[in-house]
Amino acid sequence: MDPHSLKKLNALRRERRAAILLTDLEDGRDRVIGEGDPVAGALGEAVSRGFRSGKSGVVEAEGRNFFLNVHLPAPRLVVIGAVHISQALAPMAKIAGFDLTIIDPRTAFATPERFPGVPLHAEWPDEALAHQPLDAYTAVTALTHDPKIDDPALCAALEAKCFYIGALGSRKTHAKRINRLTEAGLALAALERIDAPIGLDIGAATPAEIAVAVLGAVIKALRTRGLGDRSAVA
Amino acid sequence: MSEQNQTSEMRDPLMIAEDWMQAGRDVAIATVVETWGSAPRPVGSHLVIDADGNFEGSVSGGCVEGAVVAEAADVLAEGEPRMLEFGVADETAWEVGLSCGGRIKVYVERLG
Repeated sequence: MDPHSLKKLNALRRERRAAILLTDLEDGRDRVIGEGDPVAGALGEAVSRGFRSGKSGVVEAEGRNFFLNVHLPAPRLVVIGAVHISQALAPMAKIAGFDLTIIDPRTAFATPERFPGVPLHAEWPDEALAHQPLDAYTAVTALTHDPKIDDPALCAALEAKCFYIGALGSRKTHAKRINRLTEAGLALAALERIDAPIGLDIGAATPAEIAVAVLGAVIKALRTRGLGDRSAVA
Repeated sequence: MSEQNQTSEMRDPLMIAEDWMQAGRDVAIATVVETWGSAPRPVGSHLVIDADGNFEGSVSGGCVEGAVVAEAADVLAEGEPRMLEFGVADETAWEVGLSCGGRIKVYVERLG
């Protein structure tokens, strides 16, 4: 491996950016491809597939064998609201492999008794997100029903191009939210990225079922995210 | 959480390889490039080895690491990468216990 490749790869990984190390198995030469870097032809298609699926493997292109080692940042899920749905969502998300954090400034909700073993910040989203910034490999779900808490987090999520952004509330509640955020200066096209009513449409009735719908939507967004789509809506 | 991240970074073979390289050590990197059947470590897993036979990471959860470390010494000396294959039919793998029924292909190369 080229020492420069190793340094570049590790630098991208430290910044929580997706990267692929491409090794030509015939001559041993390698190079690092960052997410969004243009790669032509069949190899380019394999690279795009790798970034979407996160799967590493050998591909044949241009009559040669290449090994693509895909390094995706661990997906994070930031939940705004230490509410009933979050109590179900926390263990489910952990099982599904997400690194989950809960933020809720209301200290009566954000207690370790209600969320044993879950990273919990009893702070306003702006404060909590200052020490753990959002990024493209983070999903944000706003579940408090309180605009004072949810709205700033949604704005931060849009700004950071989070791969999934969802907000709890009926269509009526969401229409009001869109009005507030538009008045605050956000573009309507950007606001369309917010999944509301939140989650997959599975007729979820209980808090635990809503948690399943939310986690399903997060996973769907992670696995189907189009690299072009994300920059197009930015 | 930050503590968790630190811990995983400390154990990360590629980060370790960079540290070793910067400390002036010769480093070989072994990578699982293909698996068949029930392989203990996924494609893309790394084992990094220095010239003294120190190693970090894993390509098989312990079954064939010894054999990979031995090959890495040759790769470090000669500079040419090689492809190793281990499976149930392989005597070495049997000896060291890759009895899970899987087969793995491991690419070993020198850093630099």
